[in-house]
Amino acid sequence: MNRLTSLFEQKKEGVLNVYFTAGHPSLESTVPIIRSLAEHGADIIEIGMPYSDPMADGETIQKSSAVALKNGMGLEVLFGQIAEARQHVEIPLIVMGYYNQLIQYGIEDFVKKAAEVGIDGMIIPDLPMAIYRDDHKELFEKYDVCHSFLITPQTSEERILMADALSSGFVYMVSQSSITGKTGDISEEQIAYFERVNGMALKNPRLIGFGIHDKETKERAFHYANGAIIGSAFIRAVGNEEQTLEENIDQFFNRINA
Amino acid sequence: MKYQVNETGFYGQFGGSFIPEMLHSNIDTLQKQYLSIMAEDSFQKEFRKLLKDYVGRPSPLYYAAKLSKELNTNVYLKREDLNHTGAHKINNTIGQILLAQRLGKTRIIAETGAGQHGVATATVCALMGLECVVYMGSTDIKRQAPNVARMRMLGARVEPALSGSQTLKDATNEAIRDWINNPVDTHYIIGSVVGPHPYPDLVARFQSVISEEMKWQLKEQTGSENPDYIVACVGGGSNAAGAFYHYLEDEAVKLVLVEAAGLGIDTGESAATSVLGSMGIIHGSRTLLMQTEDGQIVEPYSISAGLDYPGIGPLHAHLIKSERAQVFSATDEEAIKAAFHLTREEGIIPALETAHAFAILDQIGAKPDESMVVCLSGRGDKDLSTYIAHLDGEIVDS
Ligand SMILES: Cc1ncc(COP(=O)(O)O)c(C=O)c1O
Repeated sequence: MNRLTSLFEQKKEGVLNVYFTAGHPSLESTVPIIRSLAEHGADIIEIGMPYSDPMADGETIQKSSAVALKNGMGLEVLFGQIAEARQHVEIPLIVMGYYNQLIQYGIEDFVKKAAEVGIDGMIIPDLPMAIYRDDHKELFEKYDVCHSFLITPQTSEERILMADALSSGFVYMVSQSSITGKTGDISEEQIAYFERVNGMALKNPRLIGFGIHDKETKERAFHYANGAIIGSAFIRAVGNEEQTLEENIDQFFNRINA
Repeated sequence: MKYQVNETGFYGQFGGSFIPEMLHSNIDTLQKQYLSIMAEDSFQKEFRKLLKDYVGRPSPLYYAAKLSKELNTNVYLKREDLNHTGAHKINNTIGQILLAQRLGKTRIIAETGAGQHGVATATVCALMGLECVVYMGSTDIKRQAPNVARMRMLGARVEPALSGSQTLKDATNEAIRDWINNPVDTHYIIGSVVGPHPYPDLVARFQSVISEEMKWQLKEQTGSENPDYIVACVGGGSNAAGAFYHYLEDEAVKLVLVEAAGLGIDTGESAATSVLGSMGIIHGSRTLLMQTEDGQIVEPYSISAGLDYPGIGPLHAHLIKSERAQVFSATDEEAIKAAFHLTREEGIIPALETAHAFAILDQIGAKPDESMVVCLSGRGDKDLSTYIAHLDGEIVDS
C-alpha cells in the first residue's frame, strides 16, 4: 500500500511534513537529511527537485535551488540518492518540482522511476488539473504514486472540490496568497479560510504549508488541518555553515517543538 | 483559422496555461473576460482615441528608397519607432491599462528587458494615475540606463531582479512572484506575446494595429494590401505578432522572424531559441525554449536586452514548426553593423533589437518586383552608449 495513504489511515492530526531542496547545502546531503528528519520524527519528507526558475518560490528556495544545481544535482543523481535513503527510512517520501522537469524526463518514465525508488507522492504546482485528469491520472494510479493539488485563499469552492477529487494522499493548503518563505503570524483572514475549508468535509486530509516557520505557526496548522508543511524555515536552518548538518537539524526541531 | 489561438488557449501544440494555483483566479478572470471587454464599444473608442491622439498613430509606412536600391527590391519601414515612448510596446500597454481599469485593478506590475516595455507601462500608469512597479534584471538596469531614468521620472519603482543571468527571464519570474503575493489589487502587464493564455493572444490583438495599418497604407502606396515579405525581430515576439497578425491566414505573404544569435549560434552565448530550443514550459506557456536535458532553463545571451530571452511566444513556435514563418538570426556584431548602416543610409537610429531585423534583409532573396515591410520596432536612443562604444571600431567601416 502507498505509504502516504497508510500514514493518513493511522494518523489524522499533527502530521509534520518537512521540505528540503535536494543538493543543498551539498550534493551529498540528501541521504543524511532524510535519515535525520525521519529520526527526529517527521511524518513525511518532501524532497524539492531543484529548478532553475521556481516561479512559486521565494528567495530561500530560489537560492537553495541555485546552490543545488551548482553542486551538480540532477534527476538521475537524485533518484539514486532516494533509492539509497529508502533502504533506511520507512516514512512517506514525496517529490516537489516543476512540470517541465517531468516533461523532459518523459512523464511515464518519471512516474515509473519514482515508484521504483520508493517515492509515494508528488507535488507539481504548475501542472494544470485538467491536464492531470485527462493525460496523467491513470498513469499515477497505475504506479501507485499520489499527487497533491494546491488550493489557496483565492480558490473557488468548485475548484477546491475538483482539487480534492483529483488529489490523492493529501490536499496542499497554501496558507496565504504568497510565494514560499514568508515569516509573519497567521491572520484572522487566514483562519477564516482554514475554517471555511474545514467546513467542506473534503475526502482527503489537508496539510497547510507556505509561511509555516516556527512552533506557533506549526501549532496553528495542526489545529486547523491535519498537519503542517515546513520548507523555507528548514532550509534556512540547514544553510547555517557554522554548525554541522546534524546540529542544524537538532536546533530546528528544538525550535519548532520546544 | 489555422494560426489563431483555439478555445483552450493553444496554437497547435503550443501555448496553454501552466500556472500554479496561486495565479489561477487572476488568469481565469482574464481568460473569461478579455474578449468581451475588448469588444465593448466604449473600450474600443477609448483605445482608438488614445492610440491616435496620445501615441501618435497611425505610424508612417515609409518607402526606404536607398535600402530598396541597394537590395534591388522594395523596402517599406513600419515606423513603430515614431510612437510615443519610442517603440511598439505602448500599443499593448495602452490596451492593458484600459483592461486593468475595467477589472478594477489599482496597482500595475511589469517586467522589462530593454526597458521599452517598462517605460511604456510607467507612461500609461502616469497617465491613468495607477501605482507602477517594474521588474528589470540587474544586467539590463546597467545596459539600458536611460530607460531606467525615464521610468523613475515617470514615477515607477524599478525593482532589480537578482537571480539567474539577471535579464528578462529573471525579471519575468519576479513579476510573476509579485502577482502571486498581490492577487487582489494588481494587474500584470506582460510585455510580449508570452506567458499563460490569454496573454499571448491578448498582447497580439493589441499589437495587431500594426498590420491593420500596414494593409491600408500599402494599398494607398502600392495599390495592393499585401507585401511579399514581412520581417520582424523576435524576443518574445510582440512586434512580430502585431506586424503579422492580419496576414497570418494569407499564405501568399511570407513571414520572416529574426532571432538574436548573440556571439554566434554555436558559441554557448546565444538567444536563438528556434535553433537551440526544444518544447517545454516557460512562464506558464508550452513553447520552444532553451533548456538542458533535465528541463533546466538555460541562460541566454544577446547584446540586446529585449531579445535576451530563452523562449519565444507560442504563436511563433507554432508558425515556425508549421513552416508558416521562416527564421533567420543575426549576431551582436551583425546587428550593430546593420544599425550603423540604417542610420547612415536612411537617417534612422534603430533600437538594438530592431537592428537584428535589418541585418538579414539581403539573405531573404526578395526580387526586384517584390516588396517587403520591415517592422522598425523601436528607436535607438536607449542604445546610444553601446553604439558610441563601437564608433571607433572597425566594424563600422562599411
Ligand atoms: C524596440 C524593441 N523591439 C523588439 C523588442 C522585442 O520584443 P518583442 O519580440 O516582443 O517585440 C523589444 C523588447 O524590449 C524592443 O524594445
